[in-house]
Amino acid sequence: MFNHLLSLLIWLPVVGAIPVLLAGSGRPNVARWTALLVAVITFVLSLYLLPQYNAADSAKQLVESHVWIASLGVHYSLAVDGISVALILLTCFVGILVIVGAWEVIQDKPHQYMAAMLVLQGLMIGVFCATDALLFYVFFEAMLIPMFILIGVWGGPRRVYATLKFFIYTFFGSIFMLVGLIYLYLKAGSFDLQVLAALPLTLKEQSWLFFAFLIAFAVKVPMVPVHTWLPDAHVEAPTGGSVVLAAVMLKIGGYGFLRFSLPIVPDASEAYAWLVIGLSLTAVVYIGYIALVQEDMKKLVAYSSVAHMGFVTLGIFIAFMLVRGAGNIDAAKLGMQGAMVQMISHGFVSGAMFSCIGVLYDRLHTRQIKDYGGVINVMPWFGFFYVLFAMANSGLPGTSGFVGEFQVILASFQANPWIALFAAFTLIIGAAYTLYMVKRVLWGDIHNPHVAEMKDINGREIFVLGAFAAAVLALGIWPQPLIHLMDSSVTQLVTQLGNHKV
Amino acid sequence: MPNINDILILLPELYLVVAACLLLLLDAFMKPEQRPMLHWLSVAVLLVAIYLVIAGQPPQAVTAFNGMFVRDGVAEVLKVFALLTTALVFIYAKPYLVDRKLFLGEFYTLTIFAVIGIMLLVSAGNLLTVYLGLELLTLSSYALVALNRDSRLSSEAAIKYFVLGALASGMLLYGMSMVYGATGTLSLANLHGAALHTGMPQLLIFGLIFMVVGIGFKLGAAPFHMWIPDVYQGSPTAVTIFIGSAPKLAAFGMAYRLLASGLGDLSQHWQLMLAVLAVLSLAIGNLVAIVQSNLKRLLAYSTISHMGYLLLGLVNAGPEGYAAALFYAISYALMSTAAFGVILALARAGFECEEIDDLKGLNQRSPWAAFLMMLVMFSLAGVPPLFGFFAKLLVLQAAIHAGMMWLAIVGAVFAIVGLYYYLRVVKVMYFDKPVEGTEIRLQSDASVRVVLSLNVLALLVLGFGWGPLFGWCQRVFVG
Repeated sequence: MFNHLLSLLIWLPVVGAIPVLLAGSGRPNVARWTALLVAVITFVLSLYLLPQYNAADSAKQLVESHVWIASLGVHYSLAVDGISVALILLTCFVGILVIVGAWEVIQDKPHQYMAAMLVLQGLMIGVFCATDALLFYVFFEAMLIPMFILIGVWGGPRRVYATLKFFIYTFFGSIFMLVGLIYLYLKAGSFDLQVLAALPLTLKEQSWLFFAFLIAFAVKVPMVPVHTWLPDAHVEAPTGGSVVLAAVMLKIGGYGFLRFSLPIVPDASEAYAWLVIGLSLTAVVYIGYIALVQEDMKKLVAYSSVAHMGFVTLGIFIAFMLVRGAGNIDAAKLGMQGAMVQMISHGFVSGAMFSCIGVLYDRLHTRQIKDYGGVINVMPWFGFFYVLFAMANSGLPGTSGFVGEFQVILASFQANPWIALFAAFTLIIGAAYTLYMVKRVLWGDIHNPHVAEMKDINGREIFVLGAFAAAVLALGIWPQPLIHLMDSSVTQLVTQLGNHKV
Repeated sequence: MPNINDILILLPELYLVVAACLLLLLDAFMKPEQRPMLHWLSVAVLLVAIYLVIAGQPPQAVTAFNGMFVRDGVAEVLKVFALLTTALVFIYAKPYLVDRKLFLGEFYTLTIFAVIGIMLLVSAGNLLTVYLGLELLTLSSYALVALNRDSRLSSEAAIKYFVLGALASGMLLYGMSMVYGATGTLSLANLHGAALHTGMPQLLIFGLIFMVVGIGFKLGAAPFHMWIPDVYQGSPTAVTIFIGSAPKLAAFGMAYRLLASGLGDLSQHWQLMLAVLAVLSLAIGNLVAIVQSNLKRLLAYSTISHMGYLLLGLVNAGPEGYAAALFYAISYALMSTAAFGVILALARAGFECEEIDDLKGLNQRSPWAAFLMMLVMFSLAGVPPLFGFFAKLLVLQAAIHAGMMWLAIVGAVFAIVGLYYYLRVVKVMYFDKPVEGTEIRLQSDASVRVVLSLNVLALLVLGFGWGPLFGWCQRVFVG
């Protein structure tokens, strides 16, 4: 079984969606329990990755490779390194929570909802495992189909606009990557990412490819100025959809930079690092200000996601300035590590924030901040969790939000203090928009009579929020295991950055 | 004097001619209530023909009747899939024809004659055989389009098709005559060498241009696409599904025979012509499809854009490109039969199900039908892991390998445009509420439901296992 652990992790949820779908709308509970069972088994299996994966070894592990298309030399090849393992664990963890979170909330065709979630989960795991560019692309694109359905069927009033925008934006980004990949394939004769990484390319070729990759992953992350699909998609998506979108899907953009831009086109990445860093800082500062004025809670958290993901891209590309400019490998490692920790942490924090908003929305059916106020008086337990996640979102030490951001700021200081200064703005702006929202939602007097009737969270919701809270605190207080898990892979990545291709 | 070998090489075609005549006779002496038997007999006839094509396939390419007829791997692949999709067409069409009192023997006989035309066309070794096969195919198609005599739309479509088709045939014939004048030969094999040594290169190029026009018309590539939307919309859906599937394979076969087998030496000239056709088809097909409200018209414009992608493969002008284009033609034929198959399966007496709005809320009425249609739409749009994506991947690759990166980028950009209208169909089915009072469900005919489901699921399965099929497509162009 362990020989095919990765395949199992990908295909179990996908295949598990079939019985869930067959349960039909007449037996919603069968569908729910089956879906939960599949998600739990997948999560337990994903835990087996930890003993199986040797964190001291920087090589790709748990390799599976079968010939897929013999005449083109395309392989069905999977493998993981520390970064993939962490992201897969995150995906499986979130996978359970979104199914529990949707339990009673989704009343319309719950079997289809659960099935779409499971398929989505399997495909996302596939993205993190694939070591063949074509296979990666297949998972990367296929993932859009269940998400399209999730937002479009179970979303809010403007769901159709939002989901079409989401699909077309992402497809727009990735089709150019496909053209780039075909070009690479014709040069290298293989879609294997390792072969592509070793392929010599001129700076001109690299620049074209860099932008092809940049469009694809910048849309996914999302980076300014192609982030506009995200607030729409988040606002209209059902809670579970928002959680998966923020917690895992955005990470695929950051992950893509690591797997494609950095190793395949390192020189162009260095040449255009200023661009990515500039866009990242814009996201951190400018989008932070935009978040400040939002009236809609989901939109606010969506913009805060864009700002936080700015740290991921900043951490990844600041490494170029450090390695190639100053030869400072340690600082570069710190930045890269910070970016990775930020990815995982943001997965937990944003997932938790959207779950909290979902809890409120289920009770009052509005996401407008002004409709709330004084919620703490009727929902003390909810208030506890909400404040905790808000603190994590603004990067309070002791929560997971602090670790990654701090590492990235520290690293960028060594590259250029000005960059660090702008990045550090997030500590102020992030706290401002998050706490301002908390103030208006939780504190104060109850001015809306419906708020007075709200019931505190039930056991199911406590489970979901409690699980997120445990993860946020664990990562904040003791990030060492996560850092250790990814350490050798990050070191390897950073050392690779020094290899010139031209 | 034809010898026994020639007859054997032509066996599948001859068998079909005899079978079609027998079916016509049988129909004349058959009581109307026995007609379902005729239906199944026709399907069986096609399946036996597939067997004859595969079983009698010689290991090496052979020719019959002094090179007029070629039986090689390319012809085999095209024939197998033309016969297969036609068998699917028969199965999907039956309930529709019964509901509309069009369940007549002519439909089967005419379609089989059209298929014989396809088989001759893709096996042509001579310009005359090309023309012969083409005319057999198109004349049968004109009659099929007019099958519903009492419908004005149908008659109008048939007249349009006939007039434009005759014009295109004239162009093709004119081009052939010029090529003959320049080279002195009608045989495609001889043309191959003669094209380079002609004393009249201008005449030859002129002939080539006219032939490309004829091919463009058959493919339905812009700017020779005018007939497609009207014919698709005007024909009974049971005929549209045929016109939209097997003849596309024939059109690829014709393009391959004329351009690659015959005028391969002029590839540097026709490459650019095809590239222009491809860009125009991609642009017109995808952009005009956006504003369509009729599902059949939408699929018509989508066909035009798909022919643009097929041309991306041909532009490569090498075995790799031909294999990609052949693969694309097969994938398109399967997707197109599936798409029209779903429409046919949802149609009822008095309800055509041909407006996009007719699909509103399909997921609530019939989740399975909605799921099948969704898979077909994503496959047509080229979203992995469905079959259509890999077909697109291969033609893009062929174009890039031919050094036409710009063409591949145009193809990629229009894939995004195309995505929009396919998504719109999914949106209507999944996100919209059903219109009160309409009742749309899948046909109760078990054979339709099972075969249609298999047809669509094949798009998913082939998305994972397209290797062997592509391997087959590659092999036939090697050596």
